[in-house]
Amino acid sequence: MMPAAAGGKATSAPIMGRDAEPALFELSSPGRRAASFRTTGVPEWSVDELVPVDHRRSQPAPIAELSERDVVGHFTRLSHRQYSVDLGAYPLGSCTMKYNPKLCDDAAALPGLTDVHPAAPAALTQGWLELLARLEQVLCRITGMHAATLQPPAGAAGELTGLLLMRAWHGEHGGQRRKVVIPDSAHGTNPASVTLGAYETVTVPSDERGLVDVAALRERLDEEVAGIMLTNPNTLGLFEEDIAEIAAAVHEVGGLLYYDGANLNAILGVTRPGDMGFDIVHMNLHKTFAVPHGGGGPGAGPVAVSQRLAPYLPGPRPVVGDDGNYRWEDPPKSIGRVHSWHGNALALARAYAYILANGSDGLRRVAEAAVLNANWLRARLRGVYDLPYDRPNMHEFVASTTSLKKEKGLRALDVAKRLLEEGFHAPTVYFPLIVDEALMIEPTETESLQTLEALGDALERIAGGDIDDARHAPRTTPVRRVDEARAARQLIPTWDARE
Amino acid sequence: MPSYVPHTDAEIAEMLAFVGLSSLDELFEAVPPALRLARGLDIAPGLSEPDTLAVMEGLADRNRRAGRELVCFAGGGAYDHEVPATVRRVAFRSEFVTAYTPYQPEVAQGVLQALFEYQTLLCRLTGMEIANASLYDGASACVEAVNLAVAATGRHTVLLSRGVNPNWRQVLGTYAAGTGHEYVTCDLSGGLTEWRDDAEPAALLVQYPNYLGCLEDLAAARAFADRAGAYLLVAFDPVAAGVLRSPGEFGADVVVGEGQPFGTPLSFGGPYLGVFTCKRDHVRRLPGRLVGETVDADGRRSYVTTLRTREQDIRREKASSNVCTNQTLIAVACAVQLAWLGTSGLHELALRCARGTRYARDALLSIDGVEPLVDAPVFREFAVTTPAAPEVIIERIAEEGYLAGIPLSAEYGERGLLLSVTERRTRDEIDAFVAAFEKVIR
Repeated sequence: MMPAAAGGKATSAPIMGRDAEPALFELSSPGRRAASFRTTGVPEWSVDELVPVDHRRSQPAPIAELSERDVVGHFTRLSHRQYSVDLGAYPLGSCTMKYNPKLCDDAAALPGLTDVHPAAPAALTQGWLELLARLEQVLCRITGMHAATLQPPAGAAGELTGLLLMRAWHGEHGGQRRKVVIPDSAHGTNPASVTLGAYETVTVPSDERGLVDVAALRERLDEEVAGIMLTNPNTLGLFEEDIAEIAAAVHEVGGLLYYDGANLNAILGVTRPGDMGFDIVHMNLHKTFAVPHGGGGPGAGPVAVSQRLAPYLPGPRPVVGDDGNYRWEDPPKSIGRVHSWHGNALALARAYAYILANGSDGLRRVAEAAVLNANWLRARLRGVYDLPYDRPNMHEFVASTTSLKKEKGLRALDVAKRLLEEGFHAPTVYFPLIVDEALMIEPTETESLQTLEALGDALERIAGGDIDDARHAPRTTPVRRVDEARAARQLIPTWDARE
Repeated sequence: MPSYVPHTDAEIAEMLAFVGLSSLDELFEAVPPALRLARGLDIAPGLSEPDTLAVMEGLADRNRRAGRELVCFAGGGAYDHEVPATVRRVAFRSEFVTAYTPYQPEVAQGVLQALFEYQTLLCRLTGMEIANASLYDGASACVEAVNLAVAATGRHTVLLSRGVNPNWRQVLGTYAAGTGHEYVTCDLSGGLTEWRDDAEPAALLVQYPNYLGCLEDLAAARAFADRAGAYLLVAFDPVAAGVLRSPGEFGADVVVGEGQPFGTPLSFGGPYLGVFTCKRDHVRRLPGRLVGETVDADGRRSYVTTLRTREQDIRREKASSNVCTNQTLIAVACAVQLAWLGTSGLHELALRCARGTRYARDALLSIDGVEPLVDAPVFREFAVTTPAAPEVIIERIAEEGYLAGIPLSAEYGERGLLLSVTERRTRDEIDAFVAAFEKVIR
């Protein structure tokens, strides 16, 4: 039997040439047009009859003048200059770039979901309210929490929502507190959200195991601590084994535990934040539940809470009455709305379809395969790269080029750029901040053994390769290393800002 | 059930042996036994693809769709515009849909260039010099505009027009619990904001056209802001901007808005598109990502996210915004739709909305008992007072196949109904709607 080839390697993708794609504005030709409109029979009043002169544009806004064929050609060519999960493996640590099932695209494109006005009365949108209520419920069961809001449109928005819930809680229970504790391995959104929540960040160091230093945490805990924000497994891909002790210590001083759900995918069906003692949990549906990342968004960042925090959730929330009808209701002590409408609804529908298709058995399988893949790849790279925390990891692990840098000057950045030539996206580099020359690798559960083998081989070739070769990479990509310093120094933020 | 995990049993056994384990359960040794779920998750087992779609279709069928079965006259920040086939087919190519944030620019030129063009298009619409690569929605764009003004002026009170979308004002209020910003709400008079004197406001926030559809006097707002030494923040309507003078021409400092009308269906409210643009002076305080043009090692034109030191992953607790994930895909769809509309198409789109609005407004106001809520000129949205409670009218007229609009809260007066007309509405639809309206209020 022939061994299978790697399905996640993208070097077979054809390239037609190496020219830059002209800007939309360069393709423009006066008089061309793609747009057409419905025949309405509405009287054709002139703009002068409709808009007072003080408010009228003197010239139409200069957009561009293009044929439909040119618009389609332009954006299709741009799509050919873009790496994506559908093209190949994307082992970006912490970002969870798993395959996004096409079923969910179709589910979220159902006209009965897309063509619904968000202000239509509940009686006309029962399907949406039920979908959202059911999603809240399954997310609570997956996380072991009591109630949820689906409004936060991204993880960082979920964090801030969680911190505002913390403020509301403490405001009614013993008064406001000043500080929020976060580990030194935390995502940058954590401290940024803490500031916006009007708290002061207190950093707790990691110990030699890569876990929260519990003794150091105890020193930092007092009656001024509103809570702690933890990612578990943490950004080193390690499970915080002392979580029960941490939870007890934080609760003892009256603080709350906030679970950053960036790595929830590692523990699906294995353990739940609620069981660990967390009070507030945000989930990144664009990570754990396969909502595609869209080049940077949209995502969705629902927040689930324990029973005592439920009255403070943002509203309105969908609730079902005794008659089986759904309606909107504001929680009694709601912190208020955090989104223009009901959150990123179509992203929520995608996640719900993903959860339905996978079910309890499938979600457990997701966690198992994600953790297996990451452990396999770490074992494969032993002796090739430094592994500062070489012990069983969860869904991701951190390698480093510290020794290779000393030996021949190979930096994490060079590895990233060389890997692009090998047909793979680069891992996350230089994060977490506590590891020198960090390569943070998250293969995800949807990459096969054959892809992991090809990725491992490529990373080994890069480590053993010529440093000059690495410095000049990438050479086969649509552009080569870009001058980031020049972009900042001579800022060109729009086509019209060019010289 | 479908599985998106490719591993065969034989491969799992081989991989476990390679890492020195004998079962999948051993992968979770680090999880203390007391915390492990004994019986798995308390949710249903997985469904096949067709069975999953059947459940989703069952839910979708319980919504009344905008379109022939529910002709939409509701707006209020979510508009029933055409989404051309080009947008559906091109913006949602899987290379755009399944890409990550462009952290490796060498393999992300597609998204980066599309965002650069989006930034350019939005600046051309608003008359500003800088646009970021998107925020979540209209509300979050307002929040960030206020944050910028507060940080720049060192003041913390904001004069907030009651003409700003009430949902957005609620979001501003929610976030103020953290930032400590204070809002002084300025009432409308005849549909236009009356700015109230406050010693030292950081900014004025006004919507143009406002929630009731009225064309606010931005020149007066600018003059008031100048006297107070405050920033002028304008939430604009990108469709109306096809005909209206740009907020930039009126001297706005920051122009934000809801970008949903370009390329995004109603979608029950999301994902939408937070538009954020400002003067170049404010670029160091810009929230979110910014794409800039540069060159690669061979001197070829390239794009990259720039001025990254503003962002949360670098500045951490000193960052002025926590935005990480944004709405890139929706911004790409917006760029595709604007490219498809083009210069003359955008102008025509705006004009068609204004014509439909005029026609529908005149017809509705000819009904006995239906009165204009305010008199100021409107563009693509208008408010009326109705003889019966608007909630009741909306409920009854839904049975006739129309979504009549959005009931206005008491802050705008009694029995107010907000209606919007897009380029999709035909004269026949409007005529039939007005007839149905007359019928249900009798």
